[in-house]
Amino acid sequence: MKKYLGPLSKDNPVLVQTLGVCSALAVTAQLKPAVVMALSVTVVCACSNLIISLMRNTIPPRVRIIVQLLVVSFFVILVDQVLQAVLYDVSKMLSVFVGLIITNCIIMGRLEAFALSHKPLPSLIDGVMNGLGYGLVLVVVAFFRELLGSGTLWNHPVVPQSWYAAGYMNNGLMILPPMALILVGVMIWAKGGDKSS
Amino acid sequence: MLKHNALFDAIDTFLRTPATVTATGSHIRDAVDMKRIMITVMIALCPALFFGMWNVGFQHFTIVGGCGCVISFWPCFWYGFLKWLPLAMVTYASGLLVEVLFAQWRGHEVAEGFFVTGFLIPMIMPPDVPLWIVAVATAFAVLFGKEVFGGTGFNFLNPALLARAFVFFAYPSVISGDKVWISGADAVTGATPLALVMNGHTEAMLSTWELFVGTIPGCIGETCKIAILLGAFILLFTQVADWRIMLSVLVGGYVTALLCHVSGLCPVPGYQQLLMGGFLFGAVFMATDPVTAAHTRAGKYVFGLLVGILAILIRLLNKGYPEGMMLAILLMNIFAPLIDYCVVQVNIRRREKRLSQPKTAAR
Repeated sequence: MKKYLGPLSKDNPVLVQTLGVCSALAVTAQLKPAVVMALSVTVVCACSNLIISLMRNTIPPRVRIIVQLLVVSFFVILVDQVLQAVLYDVSKMLSVFVGLIITNCIIMGRLEAFALSHKPLPSLIDGVMNGLGYGLVLVVVAFFRELLGSGTLWNHPVVPQSWYAAGYMNNGLMILPPMALILVGVMIWAKGGDKSS
Repeated sequence: MLKHNALFDAIDTFLRTPATVTATGSHIRDAVDMKRIMITVMIALCPALFFGMWNVGFQHFTIVGGCGCVISFWPCFWYGFLKWLPLAMVTYASGLLVEVLFAQWRGHEVAEGFFVTGFLIPMIMPPDVPLWIVAVATAFAVLFGKEVFGGTGFNFLNPALLARAFVFFAYPSVISGDKVWISGADAVTGATPLALVMNGHTEAMLSTWELFVGTIPGCIGETCKIAILLGAFILLFTQVADWRIMLSVLVGGYVTALLCHVSGLCPVPGYQQLLMGGFLFGAVFMATDPVTAAHTRAGKYVFGLLVGILAILIRLLNKGYPEGMMLAILLMNIFAPLIDYCVVQVNIRRREKRLSQPKTAAR
């Protein structure tokens, strides 16, 4: 059990392995797209982990990357189509970054490091946990960026109007990607980094 | 008392001269320590500061009125002083709080570095900037510009400029640099000389003399070029700042502005570009920061030239940023270690070549 909970803290894909950072910077200006992105990555990671694990004994090692890419892109296209059908506005907001899930290092990393050598059920759980570990960082970063940058949460204004009247202003830097990088940096800093290296 | 070591040390060394000296490592004993250098910089900043205080009041009473018919010296100075004082107090309170907390946490002493930073920050802010923004910007700059990298001496960005850059990007409406800053005047907004030049309008341009003397709206520290040159003289005379950097910033800026003027990109003559905005202030007090500038002698020339060139180019070519000095210096701060690395590598390669040549000749 402990092995599967790793991605949430001790082995977090973003904070410890520093994978998938660029999408963490791109989609975290607001909470809603960040949550959708987190769920999409979780679904893609879990499903492709499961499929690759089922096929692990039949994939010739020399072409395994191509097979993995095919499986991942299948699920990415599926997720993209579902988002366009169900959540069109968020899908617009995420634009290319849904398609770019295919290049997310976390997914390929889990396929290579875990699914190719483990049974289907553990692979599925591992995929879900890594997706959630990634999503956790996204949601925390997006929470602060939307709260301080736009004064809203999930598009609802939370900073009272009286604050603005008193001179409070939204922090424009929070909307810009550099602040997302700084926030991820702060989270890595707060976590204490990798003591072993 | 041991538990609050950092705070105790800070107050102790601030009030008295402790007898303790460095115990380990090789070091040169000299009367000039960090405290002495910081004080020299602050003295060099004083002419510009005092002029700036007077000018803030002068601009206010000229535009807004309310001081009788004759604008005399002391009311202007007093008005500017009362504008500056809260800015400075908030800056020091917020910055020192972060410094002391970090010193306490990391177990090192509170370094003197922040005194100059805190002195500089009110001088490069618009006089009417909200105080809470100053507090947030200062805390951000000290935390992310300096303390996370190890404190005074380990910062790769100039903390004072970082504070200004934070305000510039986070709260652009208070500082954007294309509207004039006159304290207490909401109704009067006009374009700054920089914005006029950028958009090619020079009818309302200020004269060279006004730009030089500094009776123009602006940040507290940047307007009076005479006061800044006086500060530059103090810094150069005491050898606290390096003349190579100052000179090469001015040369780089002037040559670029001259070329832009000749090619029709810039409507004003080259020397006026050097007198506008914060160019001279940045060249004298910001680019010469010994921690964040290049350290090698050749590197300093490269560093300065690039700061000057970039500042003018950002001013003229990027319509979003009428003032380019701050961004140019910050960018070159980031490149300074690379410049130093290249200079050192070139030197090593040249010496290796020199060393290997007689050998091959002997063979």
